[in-house]
Amino acid sequence: MPLPPIDSPTWISAFRTFLWGMSSVRETILAAVLFATYVGIGALAHDTYFSLGWTLLGTLLVWAGPAQIIVITTLGSGASIVQSALAVTISAVRLFPMVVSVLPLMRSPETKRWQLILPAHFTAVTLWVECHRFLPQVPRERRIVFVNGLGCGLLCISLSANLVGYVLAANLSQTFASAILLLTPLAFLFSTARNSRGLADVLALVLGLVLYPLASLMNSGLDILVSGLVAGTIAFGVHKWREGP
Amino acid sequence: MSDLLRDFVGDWHALVLLVVVGAIPNQIWRMLGVWLGGGLDEGSDLLMWVKAVATAILAGVIAQILVEPPGALASVPTALRYGALVAGFAAFVLMRRSILAGVVCGEVVMLAGKWWLG
Repeated sequence: MPLPPIDSPTWISAFRTFLWGMSSVRETILAAVLFATYVGIGALAHDTYFSLGWTLLGTLLVWAGPAQIIVITTLGSGASIVQSALAVTISAVRLFPMVVSVLPLMRSPETKRWQLILPAHFTAVTLWVECHRFLPQVPRERRIVFVNGLGCGLLCISLSANLVGYVLAANLSQTFASAILLLTPLAFLFSTARNSRGLADVLALVLGLVLYPLASLMNSGLDILVSGLVAGTIAFGVHKWREGP
Repeated sequence: MSDLLRDFVGDWHALVLLVVVGAIPNQIWRMLGVWLGGGLDEGSDLLMWVKAVATAILAGVIAQILVEPPGALASVPTALRYGALVAGFAAFVLMRRSILAGVVCGEVVMLAGKWWLG
């Protein structure tokens, strides 16, 4: 279903704009990736002994796949609260430039700052990509409503996926339950690899995968942070060194 | 009914932890983006280093799920878990960085391996 032309009077209705934003999720292949990711998160939460309500609330409040799997795996494995919170906040720094670059697409001179809070909350890689694709087809004064609709649509997909993953993990045979749990590492590895453009990103990904098993031998309770800091710093250092002075 | 509700909500400590460990440390950055907007150099060294560390942390979590698998995944032999990931990665690269191809191939290899091992 294509969006109406940009000068169409139908954009005047905020409600219809919201619905168009919401139904735009059907036009994106990223929605399928999002669904698979959140099925995996639901299953992971189940097998790490979190409740269904906790899992859904996590998706609602955190709305960032990497942060959610960090919370589930670190808390689930008994890591300290400080390490989990630090790992989450480091993983979330990337949201800052995303928000900074996406908000100007929907801001107009009349926009109040509080109106940007919900779109900022919905900002994560999927919404960020889709905003660049859809927003040029939406009148500027309607973009915030449209983005809120799009965000709600993506949220609905993710919450249903959580439910599906959680229930499947609880009821499937061990083989199929493990297939669903494997979705998380596979989906995250490939989507991170896809977003890794420069040498620093690729090295950080590879070193992070290799160094964690070594760091985990220390059993320090800070293994994830240690391997992440070391691998990330080496990757950054190599990048700077290659770039020259 | 109240049992169902109790199962759904679970331990309230975990809900508090979710907010303290998950929601707040994550949302700080989005809200900073709203308040500070602009005035940011995306290519700055600091941001680049942070991005590299964040990528490595996520990679570490992916490795953790494979090295110390939760629940049902522990029933899959270690070699098969890594094998599925490597096969998926090969498909991902061959199919021009298709996430879907990588995920499907990894899953098929894992299921086939498990079936073959009995």
